[in-house]
Amino acid sequence: MSGVSLKSIHKSYGTVKVIEDLNLEIHDGEFLVLVGPSGCGKSTLLRMIAGLEEITDGTISIGDRVVNDVPASQRQLSMVFQSYALYPHMSVRKNLAFGLQNLKMPRDEIERRVAEAAQILQIGELMERKPRQLSGGQKQRVAIGRAIVREPQLFLFDEPLSNLDAELRVQMRVELASLYNRLGTTMIYVTHDQVEAMTMATRIVVMRLGVIEQVGTPYELYSKPQNLFVAGFIGSPKINMIKADVVHSDKGVELSLPDFGKFTQPGMQTSDGKMTVCVRPETFKVGDTGAIKASGTVKLVEYLGSEIFVHVALKSGQSVLVHASGNQHFHVGDDITISVDPDEAHYFDAAGLRVERTEVGVAA
Amino acid sequence: MKKFLQKNAPGYVFLAPWLVGFFFLAAGPILASLVLSFTKYDMISPPQFVGLDQYIFMFERDRRFYKALQVTFSFVFLSVPARLIVALAIAMILDKGIRAIGIYRALYYLPSILGSSIAVAILWRQVFAGEGVLNTILAQVGIDGPNWLANPSVSLYTLVTLAMWQFGAPMLIFLAGLRSIPQDLYEAAEIDAASKVRQFFAITLPLLAPVIFFNLVLQMIDAFKTFNSVFIISNGLGSPADSLLFYTLYLFNEAFKFFRMGYASALAWVLLLIIAAFTFIAFMTSRYWVHYENERD
Repeated sequence: MSGVSLKSIHKSYGTVKVIEDLNLEIHDGEFLVLVGPSGCGKSTLLRMIAGLEEITDGTISIGDRVVNDVPASQRQLSMVFQSYALYPHMSVRKNLAFGLQNLKMPRDEIERRVAEAAQILQIGELMERKPRQLSGGQKQRVAIGRAIVREPQLFLFDEPLSNLDAELRVQMRVELASLYNRLGTTMIYVTHDQVEAMTMATRIVVMRLGVIEQVGTPYELYSKPQNLFVAGFIGSPKINMIKADVVHSDKGVELSLPDFGKFTQPGMQTSDGKMTVCVRPETFKVGDTGAIKASGTVKLVEYLGSEIFVHVALKSGQSVLVHASGNQHFHVGDDITISVDPDEAHYFDAAGLRVERTEVGVAA
Repeated sequence: MKKFLQKNAPGYVFLAPWLVGFFFLAAGPILASLVLSFTKYDMISPPQFVGLDQYIFMFERDRRFYKALQVTFSFVFLSVPARLIVALAIAMILDKGIRAIGIYRALYYLPSILGSSIAVAILWRQVFAGEGVLNTILAQVGIDGPNWLANPSVSLYTLVTLAMWQFGAPMLIFLAGLRSIPQDLYEAAEIDAASKVRQFFAITLPLLAPVIFFNLVLQMIDAFKTFNSVFIISNGLGSPADSLLFYTLYLFNEAFKFFRMGYASALAWVLLLIIAAFTFIAFMTSRYWVHYENERD
């Protein structure tokens, strides 16, 4: 096992900068997920760690060794590809053994490792099949098996579940998490699916346009997003963003929200006249028990059994999403009152950066 | 029947020009040649039925037939692998994403368009003649080159070289085949510590096998039918010393020089059976070495 250190990483294709001055320490034995929208540079970063892509500038170390000029084959890592990248003309057994044969490993040892991987991933009965005879989930298991047999210092996963259907994705997510618990090896996992990131990661790196927006545990990212982008990206369904005017800011800020009215957040400082108040759907309360409230009309009801998402059109025309428990009843067109405690909301300045409170808020 | 016609008539109407061409210009002569192969026919007097005599003569007494077979087989076995290897090598170079690849592709394909033309064969004769361009260049560095076309021991190899030069068509097909191999597989192999050579033999060749097979069959048939270049280079005789007596040349001379149409027809049918047999063998062996990605089991 070993950690990975990325220092001042730059990557450009011609004049197009893909990654700019990226610094990241990946700890030994952690399950780190790189998440971000398409084109944010997460896969490029993973491929640079793998040695499949050259870095334009900076230093990549795996363990204590700088690997900038070390070929992929000698970085002691394994990678699982989005397309599985199984050798189509080889049986599952040969797919698993291929890398070990290249390392000139004794036959007994190859057989032992292949058998062990087959047992861990429960693919024993598939060993003589060709990839085309496997289902998507089975292919994915074989691809993971091929990574396991190398007994690498580091596992890299490039969106490995994105080709699977929703049900299988959930199942494989659980299997990957238990594999991580079993092996304890450092894993770096790329996905654009924040649910995958939240459910599997010990730490998440949120990226946008080649820059790290925030690094933290799933809880930290969810409860303290450092900027508007992270607030919007983490959490499903998406957080509600409400524009607010800052009316007064001597000992804090007095905010004016359309529909919700004015309230004060003492101990909060901002020089700008505008803020964004973000409220997660599950933070809203149906009814007026929260400190600030607004009324509106039910526009759409998404019933999911144990929970309900209610789309509410507020009087100003703004639409918000509210979470409610599944035993409540809503109908399109109903008048509804929603409320929230200001301390449970997130505040961002005009530049989109988090504004922290130092004191408990007081409703106006 | 009425329903069948109603349903399929438009298709047959569209096919009509091709069907007319096939039945009158191809199928007719093909069947006629089969009938003629059992006759003696000099194009002046009417064909005279002789049963299997032509075939018996061919296999029992015609030494030049065996010489033609030997020359043609040698040419096929040398030129086809050589052409395919050159085509694959060039395709792999072009596949590396070099600049102005379109120009290179056109340039490399050019010999294939020109290759079987009379003009190129004449040019080739000038280059490889006793006092041709090649020997003039060799003389500059003190090498006394042989007469590449008049010397029976090297003339066939000169023809093989000409054939190798016409690698354009298989090269383009190889290039398309190489492009269809997912890059992910090479990256996985790279991480799996496979060297470039190992990647070539373990990934490229097996995944290219359907394309190799396709090219092999086409090129083999093409090589068996080689005529234009050898006709020009050997002055239509297969000389020197029958070293360039290709099967098709022998057939042509029997038909249009000696007007033994019946015998030439028999030779043509034997060539057809030989090509069919080789193609059949290629298909039979392909199950052991050709992997198809979408094959059903």
